[in-house]
Amino acid sequence: MQATTITPDVIRSHGLSDDEYARIEQILGRSPNYTELGIFSVMWSEHCSYKSSRMHLRGFPTSGPRVVQGPGENAGVIDIGDGWVAAFKMESHNHPSYIEPYQGAATGVGGILRDIFTMGARPIACLDSLRFGAIDAPRMKYLVDGVVRGIAGYGNCIGIPTVGGETSFDASYNGNILVNVFALGVARADRIFKGTASGVGNPVIYVGSKTGRDGIHGATMASAEFDETSEEKRPTVQVGDPFTEKLLLEACLEMMGNDAIVGIQDMGAAGLTSSSFEMAGRAGTGIRMHLERVPVRESGMTPYEIMLSESQERMLIVARKGREPEVLAMFEKWDLNASVIGEVTDDGFVRLFWSGTEVAAIPVEPISTEAPMYDRPRRKPDYLESMPRSLPRERWTEGDLTETLFRLLASPNLSSKRWIYEQFDTTVRTNTLARPERADAAIVRIKGTGRALALTSDVNPRYCYADPYEGGKQAVAEAARNIACSGGEPVAITDCLNFGSPEKPEIMWQFVECIRGISDACRELGTPVVSGNVSFYNETDGKAINPTPTVGMVGILADERKWLDQHFSESDLDVVLIGSTSDELGASEWQQMLLPEVQAAGPRVDLALEKSVVETILSLHRQHLIRSAHDLSNGGLAVALAECAIGAHGCHVDLGGHADDLDAIGLLFSESQARVVVSCPPSLTRNVIRECEKRGLEAMRIGRTEIATFLIERNGIPLVRTSTEGLERIWSSAFPKLLAGDSIDEILRGSGEEADLIAL
Amino acid sequence: MRFGIVILPGSNCDHDALHVAETIIGADVVTLWHKETDLKGSDCVIIPGGFAYGDYLRAGALAKFAPIMEPIRRHAAGGGLVLGICNGFQVLTEVGLLAGALMRNEHLRFICRDVHVRIEQDDTPFTSALSLNTVLRLPIAHGEGNYVADDSTLDRLESEGQVVFRYCDAEGRVTRESNPNGSSRNIAGICNAGRNVLGLMPHPERCAEALLGNDDGLGIFQAIARSFAPA
Repeated sequence: MQATTITPDVIRSHGLSDDEYARIEQILGRSPNYTELGIFSVMWSEHCSYKSSRMHLRGFPTSGPRVVQGPGENAGVIDIGDGWVAAFKMESHNHPSYIEPYQGAATGVGGILRDIFTMGARPIACLDSLRFGAIDAPRMKYLVDGVVRGIAGYGNCIGIPTVGGETSFDASYNGNILVNVFALGVARADRIFKGTASGVGNPVIYVGSKTGRDGIHGATMASAEFDETSEEKRPTVQVGDPFTEKLLLEACLEMMGNDAIVGIQDMGAAGLTSSSFEMAGRAGTGIRMHLERVPVRESGMTPYEIMLSESQERMLIVARKGREPEVLAMFEKWDLNASVIGEVTDDGFVRLFWSGTEVAAIPVEPISTEAPMYDRPRRKPDYLESMPRSLPRERWTEGDLTETLFRLLASPNLSSKRWIYEQFDTTVRTNTLARPERADAAIVRIKGTGRALALTSDVNPRYCYADPYEGGKQAVAEAARNIACSGGEPVAITDCLNFGSPEKPEIMWQFVECIRGISDACRELGTPVVSGNVSFYNETDGKAINPTPTVGMVGILADERKWLDQHFSESDLDVVLIGSTSDELGASEWQQMLLPEVQAAGPRVDLALEKSVVETILSLHRQHLIRSAHDLSNGGLAVALAECAIGAHGCHVDLGGHADDLDAIGLLFSESQARVVVSCPPSLTRNVIRECEKRGLEAMRIGRTEIATFLIERNGIPLVRTSTEGLERIWSSAFPKLLAGDSIDEILRGSGEEADLIAL
Repeated sequence: MRFGIVILPGSNCDHDALHVAETIIGADVVTLWHKETDLKGSDCVIIPGGFAYGDYLRAGALAKFAPIMEPIRRHAAGGGLVLGICNGFQVLTEVGLLAGALMRNEHLRFICRDVHVRIEQDDTPFTSALSLNTVLRLPIAHGEGNYVADDSTLDRLESEGQVVFRYCDAEGRVTRESNPNGSSRNIAGICNAGRNVLGLMPHPERCAEALLGNDDGLGIFQAIARSFAPA
């Protein structure tokens, strides 16, 4: 047995401050040994302890009539009716994905799926929210390719469809890409499992892959910023095995069909350490584990390594005493390792033994209750003091607006992401009613219930940079609009809060302001936060990412047959614009196209108005007044109309009478919030407009759908004139061409001949 | 009639096949665990899609050693129906019940999209409810769907009428552009000489309900069920 001496260097290399080390000595009443030091270091890492964020996360609204389980468990759970519940959560795997994109992204998928099925829920859908640096930045195409292949490699193999998500590009992610994965599963309400180690004397059982030396200190890596040595951290990235996880998923769910197990928890970040401490902590018990019984992949592994390994596809189970044979037989059936490694005790300690000798003894309660919690200093960043409220625009002339629209549709952010999602299995499990780019949210049915769920992930990091409070509000508001525009009633959110270093007062200020915005919006829109994840230290060489609080929202459709398409499905429908437009081009896609840096504050978010928009769309849909609905977001009205028309019917609209004080650029590309385009039969237009006005919303018939035309006029003067085919050619072909190194100019000039897009 | 759905470690379309056979077709369905050696009276065995044994070696390569394969071979030899979808098709070529092999897609990427296939044979128990030259829109989702065989095998498959599905465009034209993975002669599915074993890369079980926006795959399951209906 090794006996590494605890020196100040050893303490520092574990990421512990002097204060934190003193606190460890106080808890133990002695100095820790090396294994204990390792355990404290991962439990108290930012990643596991939320020490910088915990006090602020308390501001989230977390309760509501449909909330079954709020934050604190492996995933949040909501009631979706008829005795069914949905468990969902979003998590980041940012740092590993930047270092090793394939495995980083793959294990991100694997980790979040375990969080779902450990609750007893069968995962049925994933979404990915991906943020990359400038598409021409060094390594970026390699990172895009690796992340997409990694998500595909894991998700496709395990057979959970990736049904939606978002991908955007901004130079602030050049040194820190973001991979946020949302997963959702369904279960019967009375079959929810929790991570609890209750029942003194109950056996503690290890199941799944063997423990190797991979991922040791992964949680610590995710708790520090990157510098030029980050490449050396490659060995801390875990390697995924989706096949084993598929077996683990099936074995666990089959096991949960009876009452042999009391509690179960995934070994995610900080592996066996966090799972054992958290399970004992929730139950107020202790755990004794004999580490030599842990199935290991290589010989000579020490207790330290076994406790800190982040090998994937492992679970810790507490079973009822006497039911061990059943549990072991089930995992034997699925050809998985399973070993009784300890039992639940009543002394409030996690005690670790190695061949009969106690090698660590740590009290369970203080490691969480006495965990460091920091009220880190906050300061409004200087750049915000000089941020104009709106974009000064004297320097730009109107130019050819059709070409401007084409340029936006060919941009990395707004072009079709078909190249990405066609590499994901979107249809396995035969629940996918709306595939990517079909409706504003992904729609999956719940077999046997007649119901469906709408899923979306949203945030505009540029808005969050320009005004973190408004940006936080906007993320929730846009998610709710997307859910409503696809026919769903918004119910609850999960969040994945990606920020720079919390040790910088400016970052901490951004963080707290975003949380305040999300909280206010969630209260107003009635969508509590049921789970989430914080990822700090997303910065490299002192340069932080834009604040990126990704919101994953779930909505319910009472009737699976009645989801709403975003497209114009036929000709001779009226096109109605709901909401009003003002001059809000700061932080917009149009602005980014001209100048990459954010130049002015983004759009204001009026939450009362947003709530009204959601209620109005749902009411219009319930009354069968509308045929399609599409939320206006990135790129504004012109891009939204194009998205309604691409691959569908076109439109001829005249915007005269709407925002007459705005110039054409503002009219077409402003990103004012709380706006939606709907189509409806002309005979119902008056009812649609009356319903909107009744609820305090501006609404105006702007034109008619036509088979192939795409014409936007203002008082009879054409602003944009093309065809649905012209839009589609640019929009659908741009992304793989950008990845191949083509410029937007080249794409616009592009030949008529289109290669198969996937065959890059 | 009774469908038997094989569950190999890593099968992930087993629930989907079960759903169609049981809920949509209304047939009797049993699941066949890979370690068992009894087909439990199945009339038609379905080897579903997925990643059997992770497909870490070569798609389907390890599945041929599963205990359930022996009774499946006997079932096929006796004229019993066997349908391999996607990974199931890969398994059937490895087991030797179907000719040729499935290689990595020509573009080396996994691809999931709807494709069109043309019915090339309507005298198999799997296609008898469909008319010759009918074009179906079916989803594919695979990384190794590139069908290959040597020329003499391909010629034999053609001359014996064993090429059952061919990738085509929406109008039924067999073109290079409509071939999603580089398959020889746009082959999407074939049967054995006895016409009782069929493998195809597209997923008919994923489009057998109007609710999913496409029920083009339903006819294949209806044909199977009908072939067991009392005359």
